[in-house]
Amino acid sequence: MSDVSPGMPTSRRQFLTGSARLAAGAGLASIIAIKPAGATPQALQGAIAEVVGEATVRSGKVTLSVPPLVENGNTVPLTVSVDSPMTEAEHVKAIHIFNEKNPQPYVLTVRLGPRAGKALIATRIKLADSQLLTAVAELSDGTFWSATADIIVTIAACIEDVK
Amino acid sequence: MARTLINVPAKAARGEIIEIKTLISHPMESGFRVGFNGALIPRDIITLFVCTYNDEEVFRAELSPAIAANPFFTFFTVATESGTFNFRWTGDNGFSASGSANITVE
Amino acid sequence: MNMPAIGRRAVAGAAVMALVAMASGAADIAPADQRSGYAFMGRETRAMQDDDTANPGMLFVLDGEALWGRKVGDAAKSCADCHGDATASMSGVAARYPAFDAARGRPVDLEERINICRGERQQAPTLPFESQDLLALTAYVAHQSRGQPVAIADDPRMHPFIEAGRALFQGRQGQLNLSCAECHDDNWGKSLAGAPVPQAHPTGYPLYRLEWQGMGSLQRRLRNCLSGMRAESYAYGAPELVDLELYLMWRARGLAIETPAVRP
Repeated sequence: MSDVSPGMPTSRRQFLTGSARLAAGAGLASIIAIKPAGATPQALQGAIAEVVGEATVRSGKVTLSVPPLVENGNTVPLTVSVDSPMTEAEHVKAIHIFNEKNPQPYVLTVRLGPRAGKALIATRIKLADSQLLTAVAELSDGTFWSATADIIVTIAACIEDVK
Repeated sequence: MARTLINVPAKAARGEIIEIKTLISHPMESGFRVGFNGALIPRDIITLFVCTYNDEEVFRAELSPAIAANPFFTFFTVATESGTFNFRWTGDNGFSASGSANITVE
Repeated sequence: MNMPAIGRRAVAGAAVMALVAMASGAADIAPADQRSGYAFMGRETRAMQDDDTANPGMLFVLDGEALWGRKVGDAAKSCADCHGDATASMSGVAARYPAFDAARGRPVDLEERINICRGERQQAPTLPFESQDLLALTAYVAHQSRGQPVAIADDPRMHPFIEAGRALFQGRQGQLNLSCAECHDDNWGKSLAGAPVPQAHPTGYPLYRLEWQGMGSLQRRLRNCLSGMRAESYAYGAPELVDLELYLMWRARGLAIETPAVRP
């Protein structure tokens, strides 16, 4: 069946094998909505590798502040600061934030420089589930430093149904 | 244009590190949510936020669908001279918004 | 969020069943124990509410300020044309709403009052419930009472409606045979599915709810509560929702208006 596109099951057996693989991959019964691909630790490592290339990422200099118990994953306040004099000679060029369990691993990239004065940024992010957050700072001397935070995400108590 | 809330100190001393806060109204639809009819709600996010100070870029943020609705940013910059801060947000579906604030540096 | 819908409901349902099993006496909260929902939030969420430059609800207040001055309808009038500067004319208004409307012979809430004005005075179409414009105008008006204590007028005409609201609050309903009072009068402060149960004082509405990622009215929240309890939700604008709001505001008397509040 050469004229059939790859996504289309061409026989009942193919269709059943496909669904079984999907259900097994999701790890849940078929009544649950399928989780989009990309939410894996490998995707996270891949995203970090894209930014740092061959360089080693060292622990330190970076502080990642997130409430340890998040009231609602839709809006999670986040602060990242990097210990740096922020001079022309020695400063933070960029801060990259990654997540582990959202549908895709990127959160934010911020470009700074000596004009910043202080390497501190704050924002609000979305977290799909309790997970590890990673912040990687790119310094002017080409080194990379990182910090991680383990966050627990709770949900609204009276589950909403109707708008 | 989308509503924005920009907070820049009106006055600062030369060399002082000042805090800037910006908030803009935007749904930041991630593109991963499923609507009531079972169909995926299409992505609609702000992808870039740039701040310039007297036309020189001092802050840039590349946003992903993981940034919460009504994006909020706090960042710092050194008050070098009196002038204007310009803020620009751009994103999916041709989204574009801007704002500005003046500062007097003594 | 990615948690399966059925799993979430099962967790909440199980937790609510456990709560239902506990003794319930439907006793009013002592005035000394009265606390706004603000007190039950985490530090960061409180910080979001406290900072006017970071509170997303303020974006709506700003929109409301713009709408206040806009001429609309066949009468080509703006709110400002009759009411002037809202910071003066609207100060204290939200603190005494819902208020009795003589023409209608019953209390109306702030959203209804705004729409009555739009229809009768501005000859403009009414704003739909939960529309951005109605939320913005209501938030702007209510914001003018921020910091002032809730003070529902002691009007004998309102008493039957306060009692109707009280009956809705204290009566068992829905598939869980649960009353609002069982959680919010008898078990406030305790945890339900990982979140603290607040006392249900609507002092900050319309508010920015993190769960909604947007602004919403008290009626939206009440409808969500009712469906969460597995009880039937009333339609927007239903008199039951206004009676309930009236009772809740009367019950919250003395607490400060917080609009625009932020809540998880």
